[in-house]
Amino acid sequence: MIAEAGLAALWLAAALALLQLALVAFGLVGRKGELLGAVRPVAVSQGLLTLLAFVMLVLLFLRSDMSVMLVVTNSHSMKPWLYKFAGTWGNHEGSMLLWVTVMGLAGSAVALFERALRRDTHMATLGAQAAISLGFYAFLLFSSNPFARIDPPPPDGQGLNPLLQDPGLAFHPPTLYLGYVGLSVAFSFAVGALLTRQVDAGFARAMRPWVLAAWVMLTLGITAGSYWAYYELGWGGWWFWDPVENASLMPWLAATALLHSVTVLATRDALRAWTVMLAVIAFSMSMVGTFLVRSGILTSVHAFAVDPERGTFILGLLAIYIGGAFALFGWRVGAVREGAPFELVSRETMLVVNNLLLSVILGLVLIGTLYPLMTEAFGHKVSVGAPYFDRIAGPIALVLMIAMMAGPLTRWRRDRFAVVAGRMMVPAILALVVLALVVALAWGRIGILPLAGLVVAGAVAVGSVGPLWKRNLRRTPLFTWGMVIAHLGCAVSLGGMASDSAFTVEKLVAARPGDRIETAGWALHFDKIMPIAGDNWTALQADMTARRSGGTAIAIHPQSRFFASPPTTTTEAALLTRWNGQLYVVLGQETDDGRWQVRIWWKPFVTFIWLGGIMIALGGALALLGRERRGWLLKWRVRAVA
Amino acid sequence: MRKMLIWLPLVLFLGFFGLFASGLLKPDDRLITSKMVGKPLPAFALPAASSDRPALTSADLATGTPRLLNIFASWCVPCAAEAPQLMALRQAGVEIDAIAIRDARADVDRFLARYGNPYARIGLDARSAVQIALGSSGVPETFVIDGKGRIAYQHIGDIRADDVPIILDRLKSAQ
Repeated sequence: MIAEAGLAALWLAAALALLQLALVAFGLVGRKGELLGAVRPVAVSQGLLTLLAFVMLVLLFLRSDMSVMLVVTNSHSMKPWLYKFAGTWGNHEGSMLLWVTVMGLAGSAVALFERALRRDTHMATLGAQAAISLGFYAFLLFSSNPFARIDPPPPDGQGLNPLLQDPGLAFHPPTLYLGYVGLSVAFSFAVGALLTRQVDAGFARAMRPWVLAAWVMLTLGITAGSYWAYYELGWGGWWFWDPVENASLMPWLAATALLHSVTVLATRDALRAWTVMLAVIAFSMSMVGTFLVRSGILTSVHAFAVDPERGTFILGLLAIYIGGAFALFGWRVGAVREGAPFELVSRETMLVVNNLLLSVILGLVLIGTLYPLMTEAFGHKVSVGAPYFDRIAGPIALVLMIAMMAGPLTRWRRDRFAVVAGRMMVPAILALVVLALVVALAWGRIGILPLAGLVVAGAVAVGSVGPLWKRNLRRTPLFTWGMVIAHLGCAVSLGGMASDSAFTVEKLVAARPGDRIETAGWALHFDKIMPIAGDNWTALQADMTARRSGGTAIAIHPQSRFFASPPTTTTEAALLTRWNGQLYVVLGQETDDGRWQVRIWWKPFVTFIWLGGIMIALGGALALLGRERRGWLLKWRVRAVA
Repeated sequence: MRKMLIWLPLVLFLGFFGLFASGLLKPDDRLITSKMVGKPLPAFALPAASSDRPALTSADLATGTPRLLNIFASWCVPCAAEAPQLMALRQAGVEIDAIAIRDARADVDRFLARYGNPYARIGLDARSAVQIALGSSGVPETFVIDGKGRIAYQHIGDIRADDVPIILDRLKSAQ
């Protein structure tokens, strides 16, 4: 019954999306204003129905209902409940249901909470949101039904990929999807504004909080995903430039650019066409990413649900939505007059530079990701690896960081070059200090890019706090704090990346119990190997103690885990976090003579990478809160006066 | 100029669309098929891999009637999954020989005792040398060898129930 209820809710939601689209179309085009009154309730009901369908699927997984195909292929009755729960979206159909659920709820939120937008643009936005949702409903119902039954039901399920049996999976995909799909709101806003020809500062102010919210979620999702890959895959790396990772990075780059250009549009009424285009591109990148991952046209370590038929379906959706939006853009944006002009030395210019650099990185990542596909079309097979991305995107990202520091130190409209340069004196001096220190301590052992990374990180860390200089901190608006914290987070993250690639010490040894291993100031004592058992796995666990120059001994337990269903081995790295870095120990294979491969990394300040990511998200959240609170306060004052 | 630029995103997208479509339409060629299909077997002589089946040489495979050559290993899970299908083929009267890859005799005996033994002869290829010479890229794989010792067909991966009639068909046409 639960499965049927879920399926029914999904069909009803699809019908309501169609109704919503029709109401908007007849209401706006046919000038039947009375129809528009029904749009918001319909949008809210549609969101609630998708939520209902999603809850039904979660229930099926929690109850291990083996008469449902999706549960059989992705779950097992022996699994801990958290992974049954997370298993709901650890597969193609379930994750697409999560996608439409987020999309439906985002539509409901726009219907309920959006007050700043002009009414006809608001309605057009809701119509666009319904139109996008419809395509994904069709995709779910016709080619990826998560509620399909299997008859007769097998005695038990086939399990979930053990790599995905990790608490990270409970958190990472939902936040990432909130981000991906949250960007659909920006897309709908852009389409709505193009339809009603309202591309102006008011539109930008209305769109900004939605972009910010999606961007915060996307940032958190990427940060969590990076940390998950770092400790679960056992390679000691935190970013692999895998197509799936690029698929999440590209919308983030576009959304970051959008976030800044929408601010220019909101404050200075400039960059109108550019902002609208970025809003379209950001969600398009989400959809392209989904397509690349699901269609299997690119080979990825995250290969799940690879199916060319589904690929064709998503490609059709891409053609309709992205092609349609860009066609609308070409047709309508000619009529959008460019807004206020600005001087060469001004914050607007810095933000344009930021946008251009972000776009260039986005383009390079897109080309790198698709390059294997392009060459394959001409008969060659190549793969593009991390060196390309590091060498191409790295230097541009460093320039971007400098622009990011300079932007907030430059005034709106016009500023003097000498004055801006003067404000950047302190960061510049600090950069020289860092340069001198690193060169003195590590010359010859450090690559040019990590060196530049450390120098820029040092400068930007100081420069990004610059906007608070000589200000009354208690009267500084929350969104300024948000910007400062987010920019500081970028510097912290960059510092972690540079430090990890510059100073990491790696050691691979074959050791037997009783051996002592020394590396990077740490002494590890290998006590014994023990078999242990978990809920649905068994493991060989190494008991070790780690001690740093005279400190207390700490027990660590790297494991090599074996899952029975499906049969797979995973490595569980042992991590020891200190304020200045992380010790990362992996237990490998047993050698012929009874020794064990043990791989040890000491990674100075590697945790700063994710700390920075969290700071960036926190900054975004504060900015969102600050803007919204100011809105509430103004409204409250207006009411009090009236 | 601006008028033209405005259409640039659409044009770029259409380019990507064409690329994606061509990527979807191209046939899936991720399986590495052996270049040896249609050619005579490479000459080899392998020691026995189990305690109750004789050793295997390339001459044993040219007996006048088509037979199967199964590449397997006791440590390979899909090999256990295809065991029932091999037993079914054996019961249908098919002669099957095997090469065990990177294996040990005790392990092979245990594997055969557990999953059944459809094989006439089993050779032990301790360093995958013969496997590489055959152009096989993994386990399990199954080759149809015609009566003259020529490779007629290669099946990559485990033999599913649906594959049994295909393989019987190939054996018949190899005659």
